[in-house]
Amino acid sequence: MPTNIDLNGLRVAVTGGTSGLGLALVRLLTGRGVCVAFVARTAETVKHIANETGAFGIVGDIGHKEGIYPIATQITGYLGGLDALINNASALGPTPLALLADTECEELEQALQVNLVGPFRLTKALFGALAASARGGRGGAVINISSDAAVNAYAGWGAYGASKAALRHMTAIWAEEAKSEGVSFLSIDPGDMDTPLHALAVPGADPTTLKRPEAAAIEIVTVLLAALPTRAAAVTGQP
Amino acid sequence: MTSNDKLRQQSAKLLAVDADGTIRHLPRALLAALFSRGDLVVANDAATLPASLIGTHDATGRPIEVRLAGWVSVHDLRQFAAIAFGGGDHRTRTEDRLPPPPLSPGDRLSLGPLAAVVDQLLDHPRLFRLRFVGDHPTILAGLARHGRPIQYAHVPEPLDLWDIWTSIAADPIAFEAPSAGFALDWRILAACRQRGIGFATLTHAAGISSTGDPLLDLRLPFDEPYVIPEETTVAIAHAQSKRRRIIAIGTTVVRALESAANADGSIRPGTGVARGRIGHETPLRTVDAILTGVHQPGDSHFELLRAFTTEALLGEVSEEVRVHKYHPHDFGDSLLIERPRIAGERRDGPAKGAQTSGQRPPDQTRDTSRPPDRPRR
Repeated sequence: MPTNIDLNGLRVAVTGGTSGLGLALVRLLTGRGVCVAFVARTAETVKHIANETGAFGIVGDIGHKEGIYPIATQITGYLGGLDALINNASALGPTPLALLADTECEELEQALQVNLVGPFRLTKALFGALAASARGGRGGAVINISSDAAVNAYAGWGAYGASKAALRHMTAIWAEEAKSEGVSFLSIDPGDMDTPLHALAVPGADPTTLKRPEAAAIEIVTVLLAALPTRAAAVTGQP
Repeated sequence: MTSNDKLRQQSAKLLAVDADGTIRHLPRALLAALFSRGDLVVANDAATLPASLIGTHDATGRPIEVRLAGWVSVHDLRQFAAIAFGGGDHRTRTEDRLPPPPLSPGDRLSLGPLAAVVDQLLDHPRLFRLRFVGDHPTILAGLARHGRPIQYAHVPEPLDLWDIWTSIAADPIAFEAPSAGFALDWRILAACRQRGIGFATLTHAAGISSTGDPLLDLRLPFDEPYVIPEETTVAIAHAQSKRRRIIAIGTTVVRALESAANADGSIRPGTGVARGRIGHETPLRTVDAILTGVHQPGDSHFELLRAFTTEALLGEVSEEVRVHKYHPHDFGDSLLIERPRIAGERRDGPAKGAQTSGQRPPDQTRDTSRPPDRPRR
């Protein structure tokens, strides 16, 4: 990530902001002067991370329909608008991982709620703010965190893989539809990271073989900046 | 809102009055067909706060409903102008609501997770300045989670925030939805773009539309702050230089633009406060047409239409609306009213049908060098 760009005034929301990749993103962005609002389920952890980073912490569950507009109200109310949304919160599905024939319907539904329907609802609620940012020349971007399980069929990753595949395709369609509004939609597969979610899925994994979430966060913010016209111009030095 | 209400919105009707006074009816989904290439549609992109808070008046233990009704300072969540009601909820007509417990400065109110204080009584028993206790994040979270949309007895089912945010809703500074914006969706905006019709926004803190008290209602709308982005003023100047129409989506857009208008119809960008009512004596400097809901005479939304057209024509509109059973209120059908063309004024008339190609005679495109000498009324 270029280190010499002024990110002051950039307004970013991150879901799942208290652990793993989301936490790395919140720390990285706030460290660079970005105005950040993040969402997570546990009040105590939200408070802790808000105190540590100076970001605005929102207690909410992306998988819960009634919670979405209160979350959107807090995001836009605090930031006064929104330049970028990073849908990072994810649910693994059954743990330990289960074959599809052993997966409960409710487990699949829960994975779809958090990984697909929740990002859809939150993005829809915030689309007006993102389009307003784009009309104002600041750009607008939605980054949906994907996975190679969205592309490749891994036994045991059915609920997660199917929901992430749907998210990836929804992102691609939304990218087409929102182009004319100036809002970019991107799927990013951060790779296998040393995160709590990965530890749940693969308990015995050797952390030294896994990517650091901080490294993935730098890659994601680099892509994000390239998607926002004024920031991209600063990256390349072009007016 | 029920799914039937949603369906009704999709099949909403539109009554259009053009500059010659001709009245037409069409499906609202065909709205974009009434605009011509070069016209500019201006909408209010304010999102709406859940501004109704139920709780208790600590001193008496009696129930109270507080409706946030105005900013003391925009984005400062610590203080608001507020209207108080006694027990009950929106299903009782506001006119019939119980009065609030008698309020005194310093009284504490427990509003769900929010604690508030009666800061100052204003000049009406229902009107006061409220101060929330706590820091900004706490107040915002409390409002977002405990607040309910302000609503009225004509929609009995409880509204959710998703019912009252327009498609374009961005910054939550409105207390009631800028409801004319319900007519816009992203498909209509794409159709406008394809046909060379401009789209721009401002953000106007639409306030409370009714208090149920006749004296207090006479003072509505309260002062409403707004912000007009630079790019919107540029788009307006561009449309004006081409003699194209400025179409306001809703009364809040008219209030903001006319409040920020210079004598020549150009617009000052930035923040401002819209004060007072617009009525038949108000000269329109900038706005040529308004899209609005179906309102009753006497209502400030209806009175504002008198700035656009004559008493006689408004009478005809009311009759047509009655005969064709237009649904009133925020979630109902729509009116598009264009002010009459004035002799010597060169503006495009409205397109005459849904199949308009956007083609215009060449003489209407060439005049870009002259300053806009727009007549005023």
